[in-house]
Amino acid sequence: MSFFTKFPEMERADLRDLKKGIDSSFKEFSRSWGESIEAFFDPLFYFLVKFEKLLLATPWPIIILIVAALSYLGSRSWKLSLGAAISFLLIGYLGMWNNTMSTVALISVATIICIAFGIPIGIAMSKSDRLQAIITPVLDIMQTIPIFVYLLPVVMLLGIGKVPGLIAVCVYAMPPIVRLTNLGLRLVDKEILEAADAFGSNYRQRLFRVQLPLALPNIFAGVNQTIMMALAMVVIASMIGVKGLGVPVLQSIQNQYLALGLMNGLAIVALAIIFDRVSQQYGKRLQRHREGGNDV
Amino acid sequence: MSEYKIEIKSLYKIFGPNDKSMVDLVANGLGKQDLLDHHKHVLGLRDVNIGISANSINVIMGLSGSGKSTLIRHINRLIEPTVGQIIVDGKDVLAMAKEQIRDFRRFGASMVFQKFGLMPHRTVLENGMYGLNIQGVASGEAEKRAKHWLNRVGLSGFEDRFPAQLSGGMQQRVGLARALATDADILLMDEAFSALDPLIRADMQGILLDLQNELHKTIVFITHDLDEALRIGDDIAILRDGELIQKGSPQSIVLKPADDYVADFTKDVNRARVLTLNTLSHATGSKEGLPLNSDLSIEQAMQAMIESDHNLVTVMKENKPIGQVSLSDMVGAIAKPKTTDSGASNAYR
Ligand SMILES: Nc1ncnc2c1ncn2[C@@H]1O[C@H](COP(=O)(O)OP(=O)(O)OP(=O)(O)O)[C@@H](O)[C@H]1O
Ligand SMILES: [Mg+2]
Repeated sequence: MSFFTKFPEMERADLRDLKKGIDSSFKEFSRSWGESIEAFFDPLFYFLVKFEKLLLATPWPIIILIVAALSYLGSRSWKLSLGAAISFLLIGYLGMWNNTMSTVALISVATIICIAFGIPIGIAMSKSDRLQAIITPVLDIMQTIPIFVYLLPVVMLLGIGKVPGLIAVCVYAMPPIVRLTNLGLRLVDKEILEAADAFGSNYRQRLFRVQLPLALPNIFAGVNQTIMMALAMVVIASMIGVKGLGVPVLQSIQNQYLALGLMNGLAIVALAIIFDRVSQQYGKRLQRHREGGNDV
Repeated sequence: MSEYKIEIKSLYKIFGPNDKSMVDLVANGLGKQDLLDHHKHVLGLRDVNIGISANSINVIMGLSGSGKSTLIRHINRLIEPTVGQIIVDGKDVLAMAKEQIRDFRRFGASMVFQKFGLMPHRTVLENGMYGLNIQGVASGEAEKRAKHWLNRVGLSGFEDRFPAQLSGGMQQRVGLARALATDADILLMDEAFSALDPLIRADMQGILLDLQNELHKTIVFITHDLDEALRIGDDIAILRDGELIQKGSPQSIVLKPADDYVADFTKDVNRARVLTLNTLSHATGSKEGLPLNSDLSIEQAMQAMIESDHNLVTVMKENKPIGQVSLSDMVGAIAKPKTTDSGASNAYR
């Protein structure tokens, strides 16, 4: 009766062959396609490198001015803008300027990519229930699969460096914007859409003049979450060769440098708080029209 | 071409996956409840035939769920019929391609909604301009025209507000201005005033009547309120469970309700105010009695008779006597009517 006490496993040798087969065929695939896939991502690489170089080459006072100005434009709050400027001054003073610029470049490019792909996917999903049923589980997998598991094939294909890091960040950070675009579009009041139809709007007019503007607060919440998740990936991305604030954090874990780890960790937190508050305030301003009252 | 602006012929609408195969059952008399219980389909409209005259306010009445919204949405094809014909200006709406339907909605028929259907992210002015933007009118011109109509409905000075900052009555004026701005001949109004307080509602009815005196649009107006129907309607059609029960002038609906359902609607109405001398007048050849214009309501006529101590009226039309009405005729007309059995046959005139 050993059948019930010992799980009826596959033969050891067969299992080993199966794993070997998968490994070798993937290696084969990456050997023959790796270069063309790398070439495909080349523009991304150049864009990221250029942007990073630009940030590093710009004199620091100008960067701080830009940070303060963007924060103010987003939030219309002097306090937030001042806080952002002071955080950046402190970061620079504590010797983390270059790493911070690299991280800002990575997060910005990752967010742009997530928006560029995520919003159209979300729009397509909102139009078709079938597509929604297909994409939703994919998004679930993207968010729950252990990061190292999909890091592995990416690294095997593209080696270590900026591009695989960027791809890893995007895979993890894209789902919220897709989900919230889809949700936001589906939540738009049916009566308002009917009004748009009744006046003869075509698909584009309906989408761009009515649906998207009304879904914008939700879409914006998605952008906010995407940025937060991208920041959460900074340390992990540094494991596969992405420069930035993650690198010293990783070093400090390996060598037990408490102060180094703490400072760089706090710099990531500061970035997160600035991005979050500014984008949330901006999102709130998008909804101003929902408020009643005669104050305008 | 037909005498009607809009003609709806043998229109059936059944909601459900196999709607086409249900038509025969319904045509052979299967009721709404049976259709739902045994076939899991919802009867929206059954064999509706109706002609809508140009330049007048055509009211469609019925209780909740009787198919009013379904019917009006067929006219601009927001809802696809199961079978039937919808003809506007001699053209078959159902034969139109997508592009033509869009043009018809842009230029031919505009709509006013029960819950206003305004776009919350657009200002009052931008809402007023929506139809014009879709028509492709240049923005300066669109702004001018939208401002004109906002002014006409009494909203000057509110152009830069957002809808959420306005009261319900004001929001619906925006809805009306938006619909008028497109210059469409046909105005579809689905319970446009039902969400408003009684006073505001009376106000809006007044605005609509004033505008109509000048614009002469073909208006299809849905309501479940008989007083509203009688006040603004040139013509009233009554729906029950997706079927057209009666259609006619407000007077004929009140005077000769086709069945108990219609009689029930009309029972609380102030008949003395609705009925005119014209409807009661019978030719006698005699010219005795107080001469009064045929348009006067019975209420007004009685007032005049009491003041001048008459109990007989000679009804005048264009300064010629057309008949007489006695005080007892009037009292008889104000009393509750009997229902007529010929109702079904005057459903389609
Ligand atoms: N999309 C739909 N699917 C299924 N049934 C529907 C649909 N739309 C309407 N119905 C049904 O058709 C019938 C007529 O509905 P309709 O909305 O036209 O009524 P109405 O006269 O406008 O009522 P109300 O006064 O409440 O607005 C109702 O029984 C309703 O449940
Ligand atoms: Mg309705």
